Amino acid sequence: MMEPSEAALPEEPVATHEEITFKTDLSQTRPSEDPQDLDAAVRVERFSSWYGDFQALQALSFVIPENRITAFIGPSGCGKSTLLRWINRMNDLVPSARAEGVLELHGTDLLSSQADVVDLRRRVGMVFQKPNPFPKSIYDNVAFGPRLHRKLSRSETDDLVEQSLNDAALWDEVKDRLKASALSLSGGQQQRLCIARAVACGPEILLMDEPCSALDPKSTAAIENLMATLRQHYTIAIVTHNMQQAARTSDFTAFLYQGELIEFGATQQIFTKPEQRETENYITGRFG
Amino acid sequence: MTNPSANPTRPIPGRPRSKTAQRVRERLIQAGLVGCALFSILITASIVVILAAEAIQFFRLDEVSITEFFFGTEWSPLLGAEKHFGIWPLICGTLLVTAVAMSVALPLGLITAVYLSEYAPPRLRAVLKPTLEVLAGIPTVVFGFFALTVITPGLISLHEGFEIYNAFSAGIAVGIMCLPIVTSLTEDALQAVPRALRAGAFGLGATRFEVSVKIVLPAALSGIVAAFLLAIARAVGETMIVALAAGSSPNMTLDPRESVQTMTGYMVQIFLGDASNYGPEYLSSYAVAFMLFVMTFGITVIGQKIRKRFREVYQ
Repeated sequence: MMEPSEAALPEEPVATHEEITFKTDLSQTRPSEDPQDLDAAVRVERFSSWYGDFQALQALSFVIPENRITAFIGPSGCGKSTLLRWINRMNDLVPSARAEGVLELHGTDLLSSQADVVDLRRRVGMVFQKPNPFPKSIYDNVAFGPRLHRKLSRSETDDLVEQSLNDAALWDEVKDRLKASALSLSGGQQQRLCIARAVACGPEILLMDEPCSALDPKSTAAIENLMATLRQHYTIAIVTHNMQQAARTSDFTAFLYQGELIEFGATQQIFTKPEQRETENYITGRFG
Repeated sequence: MTNPSANPTRPIPGRPRSKTAQRVRERLIQAGLVGCALFSILITASIVVILAAEAIQFFRLDEVSITEFFFGTEWSPLLGAEKHFGIWPLICGTLLVTAVAMSVALPLGLITAVYLSEYAPPRLRAVLKPTLEVLAGIPTVVFGFFALTVITPGLISLHEGFEIYNAFSAGIAVGIMCLPIVTSLTEDALQAVPRALRAGAFGLGATRFEVSVKIVLPAALSGIVAAFLLAIARAVGETMIVALAAGSSPNMTLDPRESVQTMTGYMVQIFLGDASNYGPEYLSSYAVAFMLFVMTFGITVIGQKIRKRFREVYQ
């Protein structure tokens, strides 16, 4: 009850983003690693899922490595979002959805019907396609998640809100108007607020479902730079339609097509010498 | 080639329509539409004017004083040698019935709406919502009968203090009558809250109840308040139920077990022939009607204002 949060919150000062430039192209500078050598945050094995009679995912097997950014790419309807929705059990809200196989978060079975869904969702942060701040104050948006799960004193809440907003590189812009409505922020700020909101719950993994598709280039750059910083403390899975974004931001890339995992590997390898013909066709823009 | 300006390579068959006939037809249609719109506005305006004119005539009578009307606490236009026209007993009766009605309709309607919008599976909702709206189609006189023959005897068997005609029974019936309006409008307000907000809250590990109470209800608050105000306006103006079940004794009381008379109830009594034409009691009903109009109009305007503000939030 005394610790402010169970999140592994960063101590380092967070980079500020005055200029619109993207940070160094990470795919160039990062060494290629084998995902099998790293600790797994999420383990997926022979994982299939259905909506009614439609099979959305077909026997996927891979791991999402800890403290890395994994990008999921593929044409619309390939099952990227479905996969994210299974990881935080959002598919519980879809009556016709069912799944088979193994899906584990740090060893916890995510598919078990006995699982505490509310606790699972706390352990999995989700950032949506369109910024969806609650029509409350900036402060209350960030404090919403932690207050659901923990009893916090006023000062604990204050600290947590500040830390989370710092993590999301938003603190400097909003520290003087924490009581202002979240809807008064710009689109890019709103999306960073949603990241702060997710981070405040101390998630083990951050899922981002096309987090920049509704944002302008400047805000997109801010979010991408932020991801590079968050990477030190969080495991991130991002779904994106933007090839350059996947190449720029991620350590690993998974290419899904029609519910199947075509290829999974280090981002640099996927974008420079893909092993599969479909992958090459997709990333070079021949279809999709 | 009949038309030299047309593309010479591809003549279009037929001959050109008369531009004049087209213009005349458009004019006529527009005039017709404007006429219809004006007609309904005119009717409404003339009702207000007639109400006001007759009310002014009432206030000009010798036996009536404006101060007594607005501040008097005795309403006895039909009995006794000295007639009193203090409107407060009628307003009091109206507010008493409305208060009872709203304490039935608002909580029940709100809870039903939350269930329908946030909890009910789609298939059940598809059955429940239309069923509830059938309730709105029942003529109010039926609710009046229901109050008199079912609710009142029930109340009397539970507690001896109830009179045959009482505000409580009428209030409950008015509340049941208002239930579909409250539920339907509140449910619309809840449905207007973007799905993405619910997804965001679920994603942070909120339970269904927490999502409903902490996210959806506050986000829909102005729509809900507007729904409540419209229901109140409806209850204040309700006539048939109170005329049947609330009685016709203009008591200045806050005890719902007693018989009261509402503003609408008084008007029914006068126009059903208890008063001679153009006597002060006849004219007094216009003054009461005008007051009622001002009250419901005010509530409706406030409701619309809040609704409008609420619509702008997510656009």
